[in-house]
Amino acid sequence: MLRVVHYINQFFGQIGGEEKADTPPLVKEGPVGPGLALQQAFGDKAKVVATVICGDSYFNEHVDEALDQILGMIEKYQPDIFVAGPAFFAGRYGIACATVCKAVQDKLGIPVVTGMYPENPGVDLCKKDVYIIQTGDSAAQMRDAAGKMAKLALKLANKEEIGSPEEENYIPRGIRVNYFANERGSKRAVDMLVKKLKGEPFTTELPMPEFDRVPPAPAVKDISKALVALVTSGGIVPKGNPDHIESSSASKFGKYDLEGIMELSAETHQTAHGGYDPVYANEDPNRVLPVDVMRELEKEGKIGKLHRYYYATVGNGTPVAKAKQYGQAIAKELKDAGVQAVILTST
Amino acid sequence: MKLELGNIFIKDVVFSDETKVVNGVLHVNKEAIQKALMDSDPRLAKVDIDLAKPGDEVRIIPVKDVIEPRVKVSGEGGVFPGFISKVNTVGTGRTHVLKGAAVVTTGAIVGFQEGIIDMSGEGAQYTPFSKTLNIVLTCEPVEGLPRHEHEEVVRLAGLRAAAMIGEAGRNVEPDEIKTYETLPLFESVKKYPDLPRVAYVYQLQSQGLLHDTYVYGVDAKKILPTFMYPTETMDGAIVSGNCVSACDKNPTYVHENNPIIEDLYERHGKDYNFVGVIITNENVTLADKERSSNYTAKLVEYLGLDAVIINEEGFGNPDTDLIMNCKKISEKGVKTVLVTDEYAGRDGQSQSLADVDKTADAVVSVGNANVIVHLPPMKKVIGHPEAANVIAGGFDGALSSDGSITVELQAITASTLEVGFGNLAAKGY
Amino acid sequence: MVKELERAGLPTVHICTIVPISKTVGANRIVPAVAIPHPLGNPALPKEEEKALRRKIITKALEALQTDIQSQTVFEWQ
Repeated sequence: MLRVVHYINQFFGQIGGEEKADTPPLVKEGPVGPGLALQQAFGDKAKVVATVICGDSYFNEHVDEALDQILGMIEKYQPDIFVAGPAFFAGRYGIACATVCKAVQDKLGIPVVTGMYPENPGVDLCKKDVYIIQTGDSAAQMRDAAGKMAKLALKLANKEEIGSPEEENYIPRGIRVNYFANERGSKRAVDMLVKKLKGEPFTTELPMPEFDRVPPAPAVKDISKALVALVTSGGIVPKGNPDHIESSSASKFGKYDLEGIMELSAETHQTAHGGYDPVYANEDPNRVLPVDVMRELEKEGKIGKLHRYYYATVGNGTPVAKAKQYGQAIAKELKDAGVQAVILTST
Repeated sequence: MKLELGNIFIKDVVFSDETKVVNGVLHVNKEAIQKALMDSDPRLAKVDIDLAKPGDEVRIIPVKDVIEPRVKVSGEGGVFPGFISKVNTVGTGRTHVLKGAAVVTTGAIVGFQEGIIDMSGEGAQYTPFSKTLNIVLTCEPVEGLPRHEHEEVVRLAGLRAAAMIGEAGRNVEPDEIKTYETLPLFESVKKYPDLPRVAYVYQLQSQGLLHDTYVYGVDAKKILPTFMYPTETMDGAIVSGNCVSACDKNPTYVHENNPIIEDLYERHGKDYNFVGVIITNENVTLADKERSSNYTAKLVEYLGLDAVIINEEGFGNPDTDLIMNCKKISEKGVKTVLVTDEYAGRDGQSQSLADVDKTADAVVSVGNANVIVHLPPMKKVIGHPEAANVIAGGFDGALSSDGSITVELQAITASTLEVGFGNLAAKGY
Repeated sequence: MVKELERAGLPTVHICTIVPISKTVGANRIVPAVAIPHPLGNPALPKEEEKALRRKIITKALEALQTDIQSQTVFEWQ
């Protein structure tokens, strides 16, 4: 029989309400409160061997400490599955469930399931990494939620294939998966068109995402004193592409020395980018990475100095998550080198 | 405009001393085609012709274009107007099709961008051209030919060969006849006064070398969006000059067999009135993109449409053309459905499109092109296998010493065509 | 990529042809470029004029870097 450890807060742990929210983590043998519903749903397939209870305020005010204690408690019971919540619409409880689930999954390598209402702030914290059963906004739906959580938890523990969010009732994790549909794409488009024309409900196959924004960095006070760096996603690399940066879906970025180079030329540099006609960039790489003009401006004192290295990658077909990773790595190197402003060119 | 397509089902293809169709078997005179191609273009140094059939342990790499052999038996003009035939308006009368056969062009790599067709194994399920009887032309140009010309030489050779082979169907009785008809707008509306009016906005790749498409011989980057009868493209009025990230670039074969046009015809006169096709481009400046999408939206309004299907060709900046078209057409109060593929990363966790808008609320996804596929070694490789290391979707070391290839789906020809040619799809998990 | 540079506190100007994509990916200081295959050039121009064009775009980019902004801003040079 599979072993389950369950995490709940002080309220569901029957310790007390808000006045007991600063309760540090404690562990009880067997199921407590919602754990009973969970145990019922597991039937004879799994057993809730222990329940970890922690006050919501304590957890959120002492995250690192609390996590250490909680992970220690869980590990002792050597569970096959870890379940947290459901937290419904309780914000701090949701954040605790999300944080604990992620840590258990990453550090203990145990499959985890939690449950939340889609607007719980804990959802955004972990939905990419953790299966969250979608619940109603109050504990009235406990039985329903516990049943769905138990079902998914068993599947995860038995390493069965996990179906779509609709089939398994979890909040979509934003992972795109290919499959072969029954109809070809054009037929699906025409069917969707007819439904839209008739005002019937239809489901888009690609929901539009929301992008996060970053507040603008403060302006450079005096560019004529600043160290300025060039970065490009247009794939300009030294002739021969020494790092073999891919023409599409690049797996790396390049860092190249500009010391003593007054301008780029067809003899010294080229593009590795596969997403546009490369003839113009190969003929004169300054058209993508404007080293010639930057050197001119440097000589005239219009900028302080051009940074010794430039960074290049290929934007073509490169997933946003990768681009983000490169951006972070490049940003760190530039900051460490004392660069004060960046010109990023894209094709 | 009314076109009858007479499909002659081809069951096998063999080399022979005469190009002809006998009892469903296509005979190909290799030497005659080689000679004709060499004679017609001095920039060709060498042409080889191979056959590749479904189930064969054969890989074709790097693939540039795939063309369906057709021949015009009645009606104005001939196939591939502007290239092989004069620029008469095509799309009427009768055209015979060697259904099941295809001409595939390969040869030295032009850019980074050409694709892979595997006739068996893991890769075969993704490309429609593992199911066709392929006549493969390996075209090598003379030394020192500039890349733009190199591309042109191979493109023309493919069209010429397809037209020559298509001739074999001229006097053969088709196994099946399909009729497609589109009336002039006023007549069409008079015939179906109560049906909503629907059109297809057909985005054509036009970003430059290996990213071009031709309409009656005109480079599509030089067109303003315009109107076409759907049957015109069935006679080869649209020709592909692109195969970058080959997964979502429409080969000429797909322009001849556009599935959105076929499926819109299917319910025409029942659920809606399919009045025609608006072709537009995907150019490289913002002004071009604005102008073309303005023009497209204007045509949509002028034609009094109720809904359109829009598809893009490619990804990245063409996402902007798709979204601009969607936004501007939606603003006219016209309903839209979009068809696109996704670049969501190898793990499927990234943003799928470079540009998005909330008006894009009805989208068909034809799959994530970043997923990794493993292509087993093949007994025979037609073309140049080492191209796998540099083609889009490939990477350094993609080609193993045993001949197997590990690439992203985007390297496989026609695997995620945004005209919805295949059944591949993606959903959120 | 541009967003991560800004997030790290490095003022970054994005020179990019397709401004809507630049906006979608979250660039804050945006300078429109000439065309995708040659963002900072124009092969149709004589070499000197082309370089002058490139200088004009860079000068605008430097101006953008020295301008305090509250939200995404496009700095036009045309």
